[in-house]
Amino acid sequence: MSEMVLAQNPKPRKRFNFRGSLCIPYGVFMALFVIFPLLLILYYAFTDEKGRFSFGNWGTVFSSPENWKVIGATFLIASVTTIVCILIAYPIAYLLSNKKYNKNKVLVYIFLLPMWINFVIRTIGLKALVNAFFKVFIGADLTATYPYVAIIIGMVYDYLPFAILPLYNQMLKMDKNQIEAAADLGANPFQVFVKTIIPMTIPGIVSACMMTFMPTMSSYVIANKMSENSTKIIGNIIEFWFGQSTSAISNHVGSALSLVMLLIIGISLLIEKSLTGKEDTKKGGIW
Amino acid sequence: MEQQMSIEQVNRALQRKRNWAKAKKILANAFVYFVLLLMYAPLIYITVFSFTGSKTAGVWTGFTFSNYQTLFNPNNKFGQNIWSAAGNTVLVALVSASISTVLGTLGAIGIFYLRKKWMKNAMDFVTQIPVVNAEIVTAVSLCVLFVICAQVFHLERSFLTLVIGHVVLSIPYVVMSVQPKLEQMDPALYEAAMDLGATQTQSLWKVIIPDIVPGILSGFLLSVTLSLDDYVITAFTKPTTGGFETISTYVDSATKKAGLPVQLRAFTAILFAVILIVMIVMNIKSAQNAKNIVKKEKNKND
Repeated sequence: MSEMVLAQNPKPRKRFNFRGSLCIPYGVFMALFVIFPLLLILYYAFTDEKGRFSFGNWGTVFSSPENWKVIGATFLIASVTTIVCILIAYPIAYLLSNKKYNKNKVLVYIFLLPMWINFVIRTIGLKALVNAFFKVFIGADLTATYPYVAIIIGMVYDYLPFAILPLYNQMLKMDKNQIEAAADLGANPFQVFVKTIIPMTIPGIVSACMMTFMPTMSSYVIANKMSENSTKIIGNIIEFWFGQSTSAISNHVGSALSLVMLLIIGISLLIEKSLTGKEDTKKGGIW
Repeated sequence: MEQQMSIEQVNRALQRKRNWAKAKKILANAFVYFVLLLMYAPLIYITVFSFTGSKTAGVWTGFTFSNYQTLFNPNNKFGQNIWSAAGNTVLVALVSASISTVLGTLGAIGIFYLRKKWMKNAMDFVTQIPVVNAEIVTAVSLCVLFVICAQVFHLERSFLTLVIGHVVLSIPYVVMSVQPKLEQMDPALYEAAMDLGATQTQSLWKVIIPDIVPGILSGFLLSVTLSLDDYVITAFTKPTTGGFETISTYVDSATKKAGLPVQLRAFTAILFAVILIVMIVMNIKSAQNAKNIVKKEKNKND
C-alpha cells in the first residue's frame, strides 16, 4: 500500500518521515513491555537462581509425572472444547449471517452481550446452575464427580462467542452465488454444504479454532472454579510457580514452563498458517 | 381434467415446499434461541436467586430484597467491597483504554506510513505477539519485569503497573481496528492538504484522524471490553499492597474464602438488568433505523 503511495508521489525525496515517526512511542512501549519481558522469560528459563546457565529448570519441569499429566489433560480439554465450540458456533454463525433466517443484526450483539458481565461471575453462576441441573441425573455435584466434563462445559460457555464471531464474519463474506449455482447444478443440500460452504469458510473455522484453543489452555480460573480446584491445566502450574511458590528458583521453573506454552502456541500458529495458506490471518480476527 | 390435476399437483408440491421452508425456519430459530437461552441461563439463575437470602445460590428461602439493601448499605463490608472493586475495574478500563487508543492509533498511522518494508513487517509482527500469546505468559513476563523493577529501582507494583498490563493486553486490538480504515483512506487527500499549505500536524489532525474515527472508536470499545473482563493480567500486575481489587480478582478471592457473597448476586442482577435495557434500546433503535431507511428510499423514489 505504502509503495503505491510512494509511486504516486512524483518526488520521493529523503525527507524526515513525520507520519512514520508517529509509531515511535508505540514501538518503544512494545519493546519495553512486550519484547523485553519475553526475553527475560527466555533468560530465566535457561539460568538457575544464581544467574548461571543451566538446564536444571527443564529437568524440574519434565521429570515430574504430574506435569506430563497436566499437559495431557490440557490438550484433551482444549481439543474437546474447540470441537464442541465449532459444532455449536458453526450453525449459529450460519443462521445469523443468512438473511433468510435472521434479518436482525442486533441478534449478533445479543450473543456478545454476556461478555460485558465479568467472566468469573458468569462462571460461578454456571457452576451453580450445572450442579443444580445434573444433581437430578447423577445425584451428586457434577463439578466433583466429573471435573473434566464440568471444565469443558465452562470453557465452551465462556469461549463460544469467540468462536461465533470469526465464523460469522467469514460467512458474511461468503459468495452466495456459488451456493445457489451448486444447488442449481443439481447438488443436494448435503453436497452444497460440504463442497461449497465449508471450503469457503475454512479461514473462519481456523481462526475460530485458534480463538478457542489457545485461551482455553491458559484460563486456569475457569478450570479452578468448574472443578472446585481439583483439576489443573497448564495455566495453573505456571500460576503456581509464579504466584504461590516462593523459593528463589520458582520464577526460573515457571519461565521454562512458559516457554513450553510458547512452543505449543508456535506450533499451533504454524498449523494455522499451513491450513489457511497465504490468507491474511488478521482479516479473520475476532471482530 | 388432466391439466387441472397437474396444476393441483404443482400447487400441492409448492405448498409442501413452503411448509418445509417454514418448518426449517422454525427449527433454525428454535436452535438459535435455545443456545441464547443457555448463554443467558447462568445470569438468569443468579438474578432469580438474588431475591432470596440463602448463603448459596440454588436454595430458595423466601423472597426478600435484603441482598439489595445490604449491597447499597454504606455500613456493609461486602457491599462496599463490591462497589470499590467495581469502581477500580471501571477506572482501570477507562484509563488503560484511553492510553491504548492514543498510543495504538499513532502506532497504526506510523506503521502505515513507514517507508521500509522490513520495518513494517517487524512492527506488525510485534503487534501480533500479545494477541497470539497466552495471557498467562504475557502476565508472568510482565510480573518478572516488575519484580526486577522493584529490586533495582524500588518501584513496587502499583496502579501504574496494572494499567501497563492492560494496555499491553488491548493495544494490538486498537492497532488492528485502525489499520483497515487507513487502507481505505484516499492517499491523495493528505498530499492535497500539504500542497494547499497545511502543516504536517494540521494534515494529520484534519485529514487523517477524521477519516479513521470509526476504527479508533471500535478500538477503544474493544479495549474497554477486554479490560473489564480480564483476570489473569490483573492478578499478576495489580498493586501488591493496599488490598486493591478489581471485580475479577475480588470475586475469585471471595469465592476461595467462603463462597460468593450474597450481595454479589444482587450486583450481578443489576448489571444484567442494565445489559437487558441496552439490548432492548438497541433493538428499538435498529428497528427505527430500518424504518427510516425504507422511508428515505420511498422519498427518493417519489
